[in-house]
Amino acid sequence: MKGILIKIALITVSLGIIWYTNSHLDIYNLSIVNNIGIFAILALSYNLINGVAGQFSLEPNGFVAIGAYMTAIFIIPMDTKIDMYALVDPAPVILQMQANFPIALLAGGLTSALMAFLLSVPVFRVRGDYLAIVTLGFGFIIRIFAMNSPAYTNGAMGLNDIPEFADFRWIGSITIFTFLVMIHVIYSKYGRAMKAIRDDEDAAVAMGVNTFKVKTYAFMTSAFFEGIGGGLLASFLSTIAPDQFTFLLTFYLLIIIVLGGLGSMTGTLVSAIVIGFGLEWLRFLDDNMTIFGYDTGAHPGMRMVVFSILLIITMLFARRGLFGDRELSDILKSKSSSKRKNV
Amino acid sequence: MSKTTLKIQDITMQFGGITAIDNLSFEVKEGQIYGLIGPNGAGKTTIFNIITGNYQPTKGDIIFQDKTITGTKPNLVVQKGIARTFQNIRLFKSMSVLDNILIGFHNRSHYSYLEAIFRLPRYFTQEKKIKAEAMAILDEFSLTEFVNHKATDLSYGNQRKVEIARAIATKPSLLLLDEPAAGMNPSETEDLSTIIHKIKKDFNLSILLIEHDMKFVNNMCDLVTVLDYGEKIFDGKPADAIVDEKVITAYLGDFTHA
Repeated sequence: MKGILIKIALITVSLGIIWYTNSHLDIYNLSIVNNIGIFAILALSYNLINGVAGQFSLEPNGFVAIGAYMTAIFIIPMDTKIDMYALVDPAPVILQMQANFPIALLAGGLTSALMAFLLSVPVFRVRGDYLAIVTLGFGFIIRIFAMNSPAYTNGAMGLNDIPEFADFRWIGSITIFTFLVMIHVIYSKYGRAMKAIRDDEDAAVAMGVNTFKVKTYAFMTSAFFEGIGGGLLASFLSTIAPDQFTFLLTFYLLIIIVLGGLGSMTGTLVSAIVIGFGLEWLRFLDDNMTIFGYDTGAHPGMRMVVFSILLIITMLFARRGLFGDRELSDILKSKSSSKRKNV
Repeated sequence: MSKTTLKIQDITMQFGGITAIDNLSFEVKEGQIYGLIGPNGAGKTTIFNIITGNYQPTKGDIIFQDKTITGTKPNLVVQKGIARTFQNIRLFKSMSVLDNILIGFHNRSHYSYLEAIFRLPRYFTQEKKIKAEAMAILDEFSLTEFVNHKATDLSYGNQRKVEIARAIATKPSLLLLDEPAAGMNPSETEDLSTIIHKIKKDFNLSILLIEHDMKFVNNMCDLVTVLDYGEKIFDGKPADAIVDEKVITAYLGDFTHA
C-alpha cells in the first residue's frame, strides 16, 4: 500500500515537472530534453531485451525506423503526401492511411511488435554472437527496404513536413509510462524468468520456464516501445530519411545502456540524461578557446574526443555501468540495511 | 507393493557410432531413493538428460506415472512433476536466493504478462502466495537468513541446498539429483543426507540420484543400479553392490590378468 502511494506521488510530481518544463523552457533547452526523453524511451526498451533478458540483439534501429515511418505516414495530411512523393506516385494505401497522433503512435508500436513476433521465430533459434548477427541483418534489411520502396517511403529522400505534435508533454509522459512498464515487467515472474535466461538458459528450462515464450515477450515489448519512440522521433524532428536509422543509432543506445548498467532501468534513465546533457555541455570544446591567453583555434570534433575519454574513465571506475544490474531502489535498500547491521 | 513412479524401458542412446546407453531398464517405486552409480563416462548423466527431455533416446521409452513422456520438451517435463539439479551447481548468479527459488514457481503462479504490466489484482495475490511458499521451502532448508543474499555469495554447501530447494519449488513428485554430495566435506555430506531424507518425507518425493560417494549411497539409497559403459552390470541393494565382483572390476580394473 505504501509502495503504491509513493509510486503515485512520484508520477504526479514527474508529470508536474514535465508540464512546467514544457511551458517554461526556451526552445533550445526544450529540444535537448525532448531528445533525451526520446532516447530514454528507446534505451529503456532496448535494455529489456539486451540487459534484462541478456539477448545481445542489435536491431533497435530497424524497429525505430518502422515506428517512425508508420507514424509519419499516418499523420502527414493527404495533400502534403501527394506533393511530397516525388520519385513515383505514392501507393494508394499510403494515401489512405490517416489517423490522429496517438493512434498513429500506437500503430507504429504495434507494427514493430508484430515484426518482432515474426522475427522471434528465426532469431531465437540461435544464441549469443549468432543472435547479434541475425538481428543486425534485420536492421539492414529495414533500411534497405526504406531506401528502395519509393512508393511507400519516398526512398532516399525520406519524408518531410511531418506535423510536429510531439512536444515534451507527450515525450515526457511516454518516458514515464515506458519506465513504469519496464519496472513492472522486471519485478514479476516474467522479469525473473528473463534474468534467469540471461544467467543460465538451460537451468531456466530445467525450472520449467518456456524460454522461447519469455524471450519473445521481452522482444515484443522492446519492439513496441522502440516503435513508439520512433514515432515520437519522426514527429519531433519533422523529417525522416533512411540514413538516420543506421547501425550508429543502435550503437548510441548501446552506449547509454552499458553506461547505465545492463539490466538497470533507473541506470538507463540516469545515463540517458547524463549523455544527452553531456554532449550538449561539451559543445564549447568545438569552438575557439583561449587558454592562459593563448588562442587554440577551433577544433571541430574535440567534443567527441573528450566525451569518449570521459566515457572510458567512467567505465573504468564503474565496470558494470553506473548501477550494475540493480535498480536505484535496490541499491538504497541494501545501503540502509547494511548501515543498520553496522550499528 | 507400492506404485511405480518412473520406468526406464529398454533405453538405448547412440551418439553417432558411440552407444552411450545400451538397452537399459529399471524402475523407481514411489517413495524410494534410487541410486545410479558407475565410473565416469558410464552414461549416468545421459540418462538424466533423457528423462528430462534434453535428449531424445534412440530406442526405448520413459514412463512416468503410467504415462509415456519420451520426447517431451524439457520445460513440460518439469510441469509433469520431474525436477532436477545439475552436476556442477547452476544457480542464477545475479539473482538473490529468494528470486532463485521463485523461478521454480514460474509455472505455479498464474498471472499473464499484461496483468503483470498493469499490476492487476491477480499479480498481487499470486506474488504474495508464492513468496510465502518460497519462504516455507527456505525454512525447510534452514536458509531463511540468506533470503536476500546473492545466491553466489553463499558457501558451496548452501548453494547446493539452494539448488535443491529451487527444484522442490516446482512441486515435483520425482527429484533427480546429479552428484549432490560432490565436492562436499564429510559434515556437509551428513547434513545433506539428513535434509534429503527430510524433504523426501515432507514433500512426498521419490528420488533418483547419481553419486560416487559409496558411503553416501549406502546411507541413502534403497536400491542401486550400477552402470559401466552404458550397460547395467548390477541391480540391487547398495550393500551387495560394493561386494559384487563385476562392480569392483568396473571401478578398480581387472586384476586377474595383471
